[in-house]
Amino acid sequence: MSSVLHSAPRYEASEAMLDELSQAMGGDLLDARRAHGELLFNVRRDSIEAVLRTLRDEHGYQQLMEIAGVDYPARAERFEIVYMLLSVTANRRIMVKVRTDEATPVPTVTTLWPNAGWLEREVFDLFGVVFAGNTDLRRILTDYGFEGHPFRKDFPLTGYVELRYSEDEKRVVYEPVKLAQDLRQFDFLSPWEGADYPLPGDEKGSTAPVAEVKTTEKQIQTGAGPATDKKAAEHVATAGGATTTPGQGGAEPVPVATSVDEPGAPDPTEDRPDRSPRRGSTADTPPATQPEEKDS
Amino acid sequence: MSVLKVEESPTTGDQTINNYTINFGPQHPAAHGVLRLVMELDGEIIERIDPHVGLLHRGTEKLIETKTYLQALPYFDRLDYCSPMCMEHSYVLAVEKLLNIEVPLRAQYLRVLFAELTRIKNHMLNIGAHVMDVGAMTPNLWVFELREDLMGFYERASGARMHAAWFRPGGVHQDVPEKLLVDIGHWVDTRLPELFGDAMSLVLDNRIFKQRNVDIAVVSKQDALAWGFSGPMIRAAGIPWDLRKSQPYDVYDRMEFDIPVGTNSDCYDRFMVRVKEVYESAKIIKQCLAQLPAGPIASEDRKVAPPPRAEMKQSMEALIHHFKLYTEGFHVPAGEVYVATESPKGEFGVYLVSDGTNKPYRCKIRPTAFSHLQAMEFMSKGHMLPDATAILGAIDVVFGECDR
Repeated sequence: MSSVLHSAPRYEASEAMLDELSQAMGGDLLDARRAHGELLFNVRRDSIEAVLRTLRDEHGYQQLMEIAGVDYPARAERFEIVYMLLSVTANRRIMVKVRTDEATPVPTVTTLWPNAGWLEREVFDLFGVVFAGNTDLRRILTDYGFEGHPFRKDFPLTGYVELRYSEDEKRVVYEPVKLAQDLRQFDFLSPWEGADYPLPGDEKGSTAPVAEVKTTEKQIQTGAGPATDKKAAEHVATAGGATTTPGQGGAEPVPVATSVDEPGAPDPTEDRPDRSPRRGSTADTPPATQPEEKDS
Repeated sequence: MSVLKVEESPTTGDQTINNYTINFGPQHPAAHGVLRLVMELDGEIIERIDPHVGLLHRGTEKLIETKTYLQALPYFDRLDYCSPMCMEHSYVLAVEKLLNIEVPLRAQYLRVLFAELTRIKNHMLNIGAHVMDVGAMTPNLWVFELREDLMGFYERASGARMHAAWFRPGGVHQDVPEKLLVDIGHWVDTRLPELFGDAMSLVLDNRIFKQRNVDIAVVSKQDALAWGFSGPMIRAAGIPWDLRKSQPYDVYDRMEFDIPVGTNSDCYDRFMVRVKEVYESAKIIKQCLAQLPAGPIASEDRKVAPPPRAEMKQSMEALIHHFKLYTEGFHVPAGEVYVATESPKGEFGVYLVSDGTNKPYRCKIRPTAFSHLQAMEFMSKGHMLPDATAILGAIDVVFGECDR
């Protein structure tokens, strides 16, 4: 990695640490890498508890700060569960990951850290990942009686139900979401960066490439030559004359006479001198900003 | 609080012991927001607490996935609305870590300056709310005066009193006026110690306050580590752990300050740690003001930070950059980082996954309150019902952040 320019929290995440911990995980490790100043370990799902126990007891990662779920729908095992560990004695952080799908449970780590309980509940609530051994796997963040797992990528941002207070029924009612306008999502992927779908108005772009690519290497390919010169010398319109060539102009416009009496432009507005002047003392109202004149 | 059910326990002798299950919240002045605690009481002794959170869940993380990196920033103000800029701090550092861009020194100083003002702002609210939870009224009103001053500083820097959106990837949004720095320096020198000292003189040695807090919810060092405590909660347990010192970000490594730690790990210690932190923050603010260098306040990388308005009047390139930044935003290299900073309440982390586009693929927010509130049950077991408010006050929980 190139030199560190950013000013984010600084702590050690060296290749030596990566090797040491990789060795400690042994056969449970799937792959390990160091990127963006972070150490990431992919481990086998079934041995996550054993791996984290080793890290906690033998390598001094005392604290489990966070469990994050990430959904990658394209993968066979679509969910990634990321455990963020912190060592307050060695002042280090690492991330340990497992993968799973909707059906396969992940072993719980509440046996190691009591605060894993809520963190696993959150992942269960939002992604639907089941943690085997967690005795209190209830929903935590969503509403009582909520259905679905909202942070999955295939769950719509607007959800499926909305609630309001019904004056008729004198209670809060749930209804399907009604939007006056569709949620607008703009796609900023540029065709040069690998958008592999027809862009609106560019349907031709996705058709097969032409057999012969047009170039301007030879003069004939540019369209220049005697034939073009001859064509260019043709006069299409007489300058200053009354004749016009359709689509090319080049002459004075010819007024077209019709038999219909067409209305002309309206007369300019006039003032109305026959109108009687305004009566009353406030004929001339002072502007609002005019200062009041005080009698001395 | 309403009585849900009264169940009869087996009688011992001729006495009848009733176990009450009561509902604390969701709307309760001492709940610091929308928290529902289902409590099982034996008389007035708490047997079991089941906190129900999520009543303020807004799906912030899901919303962020549909916004560009810049549009996602204001959501962070709305997490912990008592310390908005500290929430932004984690996020901008996470984005900068993925981009690996350099932030000008003046911007780093300004960020630290305002992060510490935010810390004071947060502690003013928590200290005031905590003393009010256990019965005192006056100190809260006094420290709210200071909070109001800080809101004024916020407004003069960013234009907003609370939801500033002032920290930006690459620096800060705008430079601060010279007079504001002078006023902050004056405020830290005179008004803060006077008013805060006055307010604390009513509380710190107050017999009632001590009776309500000392020896309440004692947590051992081992428990504090196991439950994932951070911030004042772990420091009150006697562990001198502060991310500003141990994993310094921005210019915290240039600052001289001390980490106050507790000795007894009870609610009083947690309160005292916060009180001392206010003075430490004041020290950092003074150092920032003394050392603040001149220079740009945002990255010169025009692919990340917008050009100055004046430059846009002259330069076509600047105009294009501005347009691209505020429509498409900037693209962040693929990768994932977890960046945690010391927010006033503890470790506030952002786990940011980028797939190389202009929108985060996933943005997981690590709230401080989640671990602390979860420990509420074991901390309050065996304590009296009124102690629950003291424990809750000492946790310093804000539900915008807890529920996200």
